[in-house]
Amino acid sequence: MIAAYFVLLIPLAGIIFFAIANSKMDMGKINVYFNAICLLATLWLAINVLNQGTILSTSKAFLVDSFNVYLIVLTAFIGLTTSIFSAPYMAHEKEIGKLTDRRLKLYYTMYQGFMLAMYLVLTTNNLGIMWVAMEGATLATVLLVSLYRTPESIEAAWKYFILCGVGIAQALFGTILLYYAAMQIGDGSNALLWSVLYENAQQLNPEILEIAFVFLLIGYGTKIGLVPLHNWLPDAHSEGPTPMSAVLSGLLLNDALYAVVRNKMLVDGTTHSNIAGYLMMGFGLLSFLVGALFLHRQKDIKRLFSYSSIEHMGMMTFAFGIGGSLATYAALLHMTVHSLTKSAIFVTVGHAAQIAGTQRIEKIRGLIRTQPQVGWGLLIGTLAIAGFPPFGVFTSEFLVLLATMHSYPWLAPLVLLGIGIAFAGLFRHIQPIVYGERPEGQLPVKANLWPVIIHLGLVLWLGLSIPGFLAHWFSQATVLISGSAPL
Amino acid sequence: MNIEQTDFYTQAILSIAALIGLMSFLMLGQSRLLRLIFVFALQGFLLTLTTSLAAHSLHNPHLYISAALTLILKVIFIPWMLRREVLHMNIHRDVQTLKNKTFIMLGGASLMVFSYYVLHPIVQTTAPVMLNALAVSLSVVLLGMLLMISHRQAVAHVVGFMSIENGLFFAAIVATKGMPMVVELGIAFDVLVAAVLFGIFFLHIRSSIDSLDVDLLNRLNEIEK
Repeated sequence: MIAAYFVLLIPLAGIIFFAIANSKMDMGKINVYFNAICLLATLWLAINVLNQGTILSTSKAFLVDSFNVYLIVLTAFIGLTTSIFSAPYMAHEKEIGKLTDRRLKLYYTMYQGFMLAMYLVLTTNNLGIMWVAMEGATLATVLLVSLYRTPESIEAAWKYFILCGVGIAQALFGTILLYYAAMQIGDGSNALLWSVLYENAQQLNPEILEIAFVFLLIGYGTKIGLVPLHNWLPDAHSEGPTPMSAVLSGLLLNDALYAVVRNKMLVDGTTHSNIAGYLMMGFGLLSFLVGALFLHRQKDIKRLFSYSSIEHMGMMTFAFGIGGSLATYAALLHMTVHSLTKSAIFVTVGHAAQIAGTQRIEKIRGLIRTQPQVGWGLLIGTLAIAGFPPFGVFTSEFLVLLATMHSYPWLAPLVLLGIGIAFAGLFRHIQPIVYGERPEGQLPVKANLWPVIIHLGLVLWLGLSIPGFLAHWFSQATVLISGSAPL
Repeated sequence: MNIEQTDFYTQAILSIAALIGLMSFLMLGQSRLLRLIFVFALQGFLLTLTTSLAAHSLHNPHLYISAALTLILKVIFIPWMLRREVLHMNIHRDVQTLKNKTFIMLGGASLMVFSYYVLHPIVQTTAPVMLNALAVSLSVVLLGMLLMISHRQAVAHVVGFMSIENGLFFAAIVATKGMPMVVELGIAFDVLVAAVLFGIFFLHIRSSIDSLDVDLLNRLNEIEK
């Protein structure tokens, strides 16, 4: 359990350090160190869980099981690679005068604040604290979206703040209803603890839990970016600094989905009707299709990939909604590969936008001729996210399709259609960007592409063969969520 | 059930619930910002009253802390901050005409009916007072959203946002006798940070569009202009 405390204390130390640090220091590098130490702590935690199984802290405040521990490691990993990318990127933004020292300091403080909120969402056993941390993640990132202080970025941040704030208030109402249902069967002091609720799920009042789940899904669903609650997402992604887009897409959306799935596990244990699953399937499929269609009409490259995130989050929500062991396994795998691929894409997109000096798709041209690494990185990343074999996204999308055909065959054509539309939507924009003529005077920028190479390499590896311990882990998590072993 | 047969606490809670709902309707129809902020502070005060009443009747001392937090945040700090902002921007004399005032009020009333409808299944398992309390708090949440939709000023949006929190707190206190202490402290912290962030945002919005009318925030759009 000590490892879990370390995971939380390190980013806390990071916040305090950056808040009082002298802004002349090389903060980018220090940020990398903080994230690296944190990754080590999460690995230590993962080894503990691997050896001992589910860990519950003595006060029952924290719970780490096979479902959340892999998300914790993933969070730490993407946090680290994004921080490696962000150090030279933010330095470049400062050089061209878009940022001041003070805002850079704010950026790094809030980066650690965001990481802390994410770890807290994942490790806590208390559903109330989970809500508090989720709201904390909004508050930490809202000033980062408006970091450049352009009218557009302020508008995006305001929208993000209001929509997510109001949205997540619904989740609090859901949590209160859940607590109310729990109070009817036991005492109040630990009635919000997930582990306690899960043990006593049979006795909870199914009617209250159904109502509660609707509110929880809408509340956390705003954060996942489910259609029609997604409006903040493209704006926040396109106007904020690119490293922020990478962590928002790669981590925040995942963790919101994690919160929904945790609550779904409770509701499933109580109601025995698949009401929670149907709701998730409906919202998921709608987001998936709308996200895929909107890819076609985007003019801004970061908006393009944020719609791709909506599409993929929709698919995961859909898969968790189907619920069987195969679909759950596929959804867990998809969460991993999507996070890795999407954050890699945002890294290359950030460099591409710096090379072209704009985010408008029609102005970014001839990347391969200007800076081959960035161009190829973007192309391969897009191939991976569109679900080409042999990348991991293909595997997980294929499994989702299989599960759909097995449980709801009449939905399978819609899933296939969505995948096709999304593929066309991405490629019609990306093809001229990477090939095409190089505009006059376009110069390469200083870029660190190691995060991209590592991420895409991992996605490729997951597509070719899932390593034994990871497969074992996914299976355990699947058993935990769906109640039966996959395959 | 006859209301006269219930104990003093239940009766008091029911009356306060009605008043809190009324405050939400008053806010909805308000066209002057300073009065809007005043009504919001009043709602916060009613919430403080509920919390201290619950703390006294249920012998739950930690609710006193929660009441004090509500008093400081919702009755004093946030209204003070908003009032200062309004006076500073010199928009307190502006009368904001609401389009379709009748429809908005009717919409509000239907939202209240809707809240009762949504929460009706729980009446089988609990006392009717719980249904009233939960339905009123849900309708305060929904009315807060309607307030944000129908008003154009950023200040009104903040009031709507915070009144949504009021509704949630009311539900938490009445239905569940308050959340665990650590959760309440966490929520209060979030509200405080949100209030400070709103203050920072007013500054930014003012300096970028020279107004607090959020209808002017319309640059980001799916359709190219």
